[in-house]
Amino acid sequence: MYLSTTYLGLKLPHPFMAGASPLSGDMDKVRQLEDAGASAIVLPSLFEEQINQDKKLTYHVMETFGDSYGEALSYFPDPENMKLGPHHYADHLRKVKEAVDVPVIASLNGVSDAGWLDHAKLMQGAGADALEINFYFVATDLDENGQTAEDNLMHIVQHVKQAVSIPIAVKLSPFFSSFSNIGHKLDLAGVDGLILFNRFFQPDIDIEEIEIKPTLHLSDSTELPLRLAWLGILAGRVKASLAVTGGVHTVEDAIKSIMCGADAVQMVSALLKHGPGHLRETRDGVEQWFEEHAYESLSQAKGSLSLEKAPDPAAYQRANYMRLLHSWRM
Amino acid sequence: MPDKQMQTVDGNEAVASVAHRLNEVAVIYPITPSSTMGELADDWSMHGHKNIWGNIPDVIEMQSEGGAAGAVHGSLQNGALTTTFTASQGLLLMIPNMYKVAGELTAYCMHVSARTLATHALSIFGDHSDVMACRQTGFAMLSSNSVQEAHDMACIAQAATLQSRVPFMHFFDGFRTSHEVSKYEHLSDDDLRAMVDEDWISQHRKRALSPDRPVIRGTAQNPDAFFQAREACNPFYEACPGIVSEVMDRFAKVTGRQYGLVDYVGHPEAEHVVVMMGSGAEAAHETVDYLVDKGERVGLLKVRLFRPFPMADLVTALPETVRSIGVLDRTKEPGAAGEPLYLEVVTSLNESMQSPAPRFAQMPIVTGGRYGLSSKEFTPAMVKAVYDNIAGNDPKRRFTVGINDDVTGLSLPYDADFTVEPDDVVRAVFYGLGADGTVGANKNSIKIIAENTDSYAQAYFVYDSKKSGAITVSHLRFSPRLIQSTYQIETASFVACHQFNFLERYDVLEKAADGATFLLNAHHPADEVWDHLPNEIQQAIIEKNIKVYVIDASKVAKDAGMGRRINTIMQTCFFAISGVLERDEAIGQIKKAIEKTYGRKSQELVDSNFAAVDAALAHLHEMKVPKDASSKLYRLPPVPDHAPDFVKQVTGMMLAGKGDLLPVSAFPVDGTWPVGTTQYEKRNITEEIPVWDEKLCIQCNKCMMVCPHAAIRLKITEPANLKKAPKTFKSVPFHGKEFPDQSYLLQVAPEDCTGCTLCVEVCPAKDKANPQRKSLEMQPQRPIRDQERENYDFFLNLPETDRTTVPMVAKFSQVLQPLFEYSGACSGCGETPYIKLVTQLFGDRTIIANATGCSSIYGGSLPTTPYTTNPEGRGPAWANSLFEDNAEFGLGMRLAVDHQEAHAKELVKALSGDIGDDLVTAIINAEQNDETGIRDQRERIAALHQKLAGNNSPEAKRLDDLADYLVRKSIWIVGGDGWAYDIGYGGLDHVLSTDRDVNILVMDTEVYSNTGGQQSKATPLGAAAKFAMAGRPIPKKNLGMEAMAYGHVYVASVAMGAKDAQVVRAFTEAESYRGPSLIIAYSHCIAHGYDLSHGLTQQKLAVDSGHWSLYRSDPRLMAEGKPPLQMDSGAPKTPLGEFMRHEARFRIVERQDPERYKMLLKAAEKNAKLRHDLYKYMAGFSEPVEDDDQEAAE
Repeated sequence: MYLSTTYLGLKLPHPFMAGASPLSGDMDKVRQLEDAGASAIVLPSLFEEQINQDKKLTYHVMETFGDSYGEALSYFPDPENMKLGPHHYADHLRKVKEAVDVPVIASLNGVSDAGWLDHAKLMQGAGADALEINFYFVATDLDENGQTAEDNLMHIVQHVKQAVSIPIAVKLSPFFSSFSNIGHKLDLAGVDGLILFNRFFQPDIDIEEIEIKPTLHLSDSTELPLRLAWLGILAGRVKASLAVTGGVHTVEDAIKSIMCGADAVQMVSALLKHGPGHLRETRDGVEQWFEEHAYESLSQAKGSLSLEKAPDPAAYQRANYMRLLHSWRM
Repeated sequence: MPDKQMQTVDGNEAVASVAHRLNEVAVIYPITPSSTMGELADDWSMHGHKNIWGNIPDVIEMQSEGGAAGAVHGSLQNGALTTTFTASQGLLLMIPNMYKVAGELTAYCMHVSARTLATHALSIFGDHSDVMACRQTGFAMLSSNSVQEAHDMACIAQAATLQSRVPFMHFFDGFRTSHEVSKYEHLSDDDLRAMVDEDWISQHRKRALSPDRPVIRGTAQNPDAFFQAREACNPFYEACPGIVSEVMDRFAKVTGRQYGLVDYVGHPEAEHVVVMMGSGAEAAHETVDYLVDKGERVGLLKVRLFRPFPMADLVTALPETVRSIGVLDRTKEPGAAGEPLYLEVVTSLNESMQSPAPRFAQMPIVTGGRYGLSSKEFTPAMVKAVYDNIAGNDPKRRFTVGINDDVTGLSLPYDADFTVEPDDVVRAVFYGLGADGTVGANKNSIKIIAENTDSYAQAYFVYDSKKSGAITVSHLRFSPRLIQSTYQIETASFVACHQFNFLERYDVLEKAADGATFLLNAHHPADEVWDHLPNEIQQAIIEKNIKVYVIDASKVAKDAGMGRRINTIMQTCFFAISGVLERDEAIGQIKKAIEKTYGRKSQELVDSNFAAVDAALAHLHEMKVPKDASSKLYRLPPVPDHAPDFVKQVTGMMLAGKGDLLPVSAFPVDGTWPVGTTQYEKRNITEEIPVWDEKLCIQCNKCMMVCPHAAIRLKITEPANLKKAPKTFKSVPFHGKEFPDQSYLLQVAPEDCTGCTLCVEVCPAKDKANPQRKSLEMQPQRPIRDQERENYDFFLNLPETDRTTVPMVAKFSQVLQPLFEYSGACSGCGETPYIKLVTQLFGDRTIIANATGCSSIYGGSLPTTPYTTNPEGRGPAWANSLFEDNAEFGLGMRLAVDHQEAHAKELVKALSGDIGDDLVTAIINAEQNDETGIRDQRERIAALHQKLAGNNSPEAKRLDDLADYLVRKSIWIVGGDGWAYDIGYGGLDHVLSTDRDVNILVMDTEVYSNTGGQQSKATPLGAAAKFAMAGRPIPKKNLGMEAMAYGHVYVASVAMGAKDAQVVRAFTEAESYRGPSLIIAYSHCIAHGYDLSHGLTQQKLAVDSGHWSLYRSDPRLMAEGKPPLQMDSGAPKTPLGEFMRHEARFRIVERQDPERYKMLLKAAEKNAKLRHDLYKYMAGFSEPVEDDDQEAAE
């Protein structure tokens, strides 16, 4: 069975890769991921905001009390090799590149224009084979309409695309009023790949303390259908590669994703739950299933159930909703 | 000679630079003002800086100066070129080893930033009392007077010791030289190489201990041998001055700077000469030049080599014309014939006069004076007074100068207006807040000027003794000539006030010269600010024709993302209006400095600083000065009118910055000082204070518990007492059955609060409809200051709750009056809530032994004292002995109390006929285990005093003196981890090994806090600290476990932010235990590196993550067959990394080397689990009770 795929212009032996997560932030785990056969490794996202806050906090606390009291002109050592900002990310990227042979994809979440561009260049300089633009955005501003949000996205993408020569992929949320149009516009802007979808950290409520607790739940397979729907809708209709992330846990999940058009399958929660070796099990399982079902190659299955090719394309549209709704029996 | 390389650093750095390059091993222990030298040496070695032989010196921090001296001795014995840096009490701890090192004729140079020794009081400032205490050790002593000289003499002393084999102490004045930033000519590595002969080093190494050529040193000698052997070293001491002289000549050839063993300056035929050492000699030099210019025949002899004393050189250097000599010593030896330098000079002159060829036709009159103790200013006016004295017909033979001694009349009068500073010296004074970066910016400014112009530059900084809301005053001079003005600026052409609220507290224009420029940071625009200035400031501006420039730097800083750091903004304004440097060049240089400071760390920091610089000038405006002072605002009095006379007359003067004017008679003779004076110092240092919403309050009292400054208070009182309450005074009915029908009052001390917000953070009472709101909310102080002052006064005058009615649990502990209030501790301090709690629970019968450190500084630094009294006049009695001896000091207190109590009991029994059997029995058998027992005993003792009145028998009088010891006293031995884990550990361990009833409170900040973040043995694995820059690889010492190993010690580990109920339980159990108790209290600290408003959350996280464990180990439980150890915290339930990532001390490690950080984190997690598992095992371990134990328990 021939599982090879092309994602972001990178020729990969199969679509299964480690998505952005703390796993790829650890050198030992990075090696384990490669050993488990990951076709590429996506590094954790570099959050510009976090970097800025961290820098200011470190700067603030280390300097505020200096030179203010006669017995202590400072309270901390000042190591010359201490680096704030994105430098450690770039260092880590270099180390990962040295340690593994598979492509390494950097991931970036910016705030300011300068942040997006500077950090993108830094990552390219550090050897990233491709770059994920992690457009993590929560629309809380009452005055900002949908068009503005989309314009912001396009503005960033265009600038980053101009600034770097490596392929870029955009990791999106599903919360756009016309997601197909966004996919189309990004495609026109020359984006090399679309990743469906980002997962949001959703709050939980502590009813005793009357406060919000930020929580992170690992995904499960129930999150996959939303991704399948939009993969299917976009597959074959955009030039950009498509990747699925969020909800691929089983061999079946992976096959469904491929059938809906995924060029790449990013796994995170499943690897956090079961360890890096789960990637190989999934890959092998998929291969076995395709062989058992007499597929010649992965490309035969890829997008076979997309909006363009599905035997019942209406299922992707309103009819699907209607049918599901009517199937409920009280 | 190569081109001069000029640098601009402080004296400590100038010295350390030489010491680090000329040594192989540095062994240190931090002590002010020398700490920076050791820190720099460590920093340089960590960054791979090499000595002149191309290897990186080993730098190690020890547990005490005694330990450092021992390690130095060992290193020297094994042939390494070794150094140390120290001062004051630290130097005293080295004395035993100094005798040994000298007795063994060991080449060794140590560097001392000379500091006052603690006598009637501790002082961190400079004088020669410490170095003079070493003059008998056999060390050569070389003095330097300025930053340049300190740099040079560090090299000369090192070379001289290698050549002479006599060990050298190089000393310079603490703070005045150690902390003065000055432009000086730097010695290159080649210069240093030219000064040190490899042969001498080879000889030094050949004398080292080696099993290949074994010798033995440190023998014990008997009367037959010791004396002669001791005299055998004489030739070395005889040769030493000549060698130093030779080294100085060689130094002159290398550098062009010629020094002598003594250096004379002044009129070649002077009649009146001053002889002195140290930085004061530079002020004297400046004055002599001035006076000689005016035609006076005066001179100055600077003594550089004090040991071996160069008698002949001194005599020869004096002009033959000399008629009178004033010898100035910067130390005091009560009862001596004279101070040390005076005695040396007299002896030298006498010997000359008795020689066949006397230097003088007639023996000059020699007088001896003291000056400058504890960095007391020494100015040209004082120098002039000394010349006036010795030129007079009947000079005072013993005198002091710089103070007004109205008791013994020793002081010389001086004309404070006398000045010698030329007009072409730019003099600038800056008033800043510790946290606003003023000092840092000024250090930067003088570097810019010094490095970009031919000007000489000097900066000296005066710091507050408070750690919160601390004022800093920067004194900057720029001159076309070498600056010798080793005293603060008296008149300034430029004055800057970086904090607007200083105007109502300080006379910031006092030093402004006529026509001076005044730069003011104000939140009012330039055209409106006039009406907001105090009247005194307006008058000064008009009378002195001052030009005023105004900027809202706080707003510019905020807009540029700089927070409260207004440093670069004010620095830019200074350059813009002072004209010391061309404006554009100055801005370019400021930016260059910013790039240098932050460039390697973060471009964003560079950008925000650049933005601040660029925005500064656009917001700087000149104020138009009106003709009349019209303001109705006046500067606040330093203390209120109702303060006691002593506070008004003495404390008030000190608070107003005029303590120098107080005469000797104003002061207590023995360092005994009244308590409870912080209450008169209304500091008003915060812009926001908490405001109580009584409707939301659940009366948990946690806010009072955590307040570091006792600035939020609780009372429970009869509603009838509130009839005359001010209109805005708040109260609610008390919820609960403990105090039925009473009112609950919570009140903030509006002018004492430091705005730390810990109370708001801990407040659990949320508005259910809008949980953003809590029962405590921060609000601007100014609009409610007057109202809340009135409310607080009313509150304080309400009666305190009867202690016998208060349940001794966490919640109600806060009903008890705190007897530790409004200290100068950091805003948000994690230590002071524990001390405050001790004073609430036991304060009216407590004696505190306090180790030197943060807690002694905020506990006992003048001008004001935070320990106070209750309405009966009782409260904690407090004393500080030293850093290293505090456990022993406290044990001594216990011994005295116990002995006197026992003797009182004997006397009570002996006088039973007079006292009455019932009272005697009641007194002797009194149970004093609770407040009722204490109160009853106090009543009995009052009755006893009455019975003894009129009884004149010696026994009765003695009992009358001792009777108060019959009320149980609580001894608290208090200090930080530096004391308990390191320097004082031996004593602490010994005290724990006794069965005496002492309570030891260790406030564990896990680092040396007071001296600036050096690692202690309490520093946790993974934390960066000075001397552990890459992150400490070893777990902290488990002090609690060590104490528990004794078996008879009560031990508790507590963290207020995690479980306050456990804290109170531990304190009350420890106090009730009649043996030694040890409480280790987790204390958050600014040296942890986060905003302390989150201190309590971090404490909780520390416990939840296993970083800190809560437990109590009570030996009394063993008698009940129970395990003594009880765990009060569970297994770690939050990742340790969660706790660590919030604190800069850990983040520094991660930002240097993420892989190492991960490794240390894993090790720390493993250690936390191991520790917990061990405790858990111990908590399940008990021994069966034997009959004897049970009987004992019963």
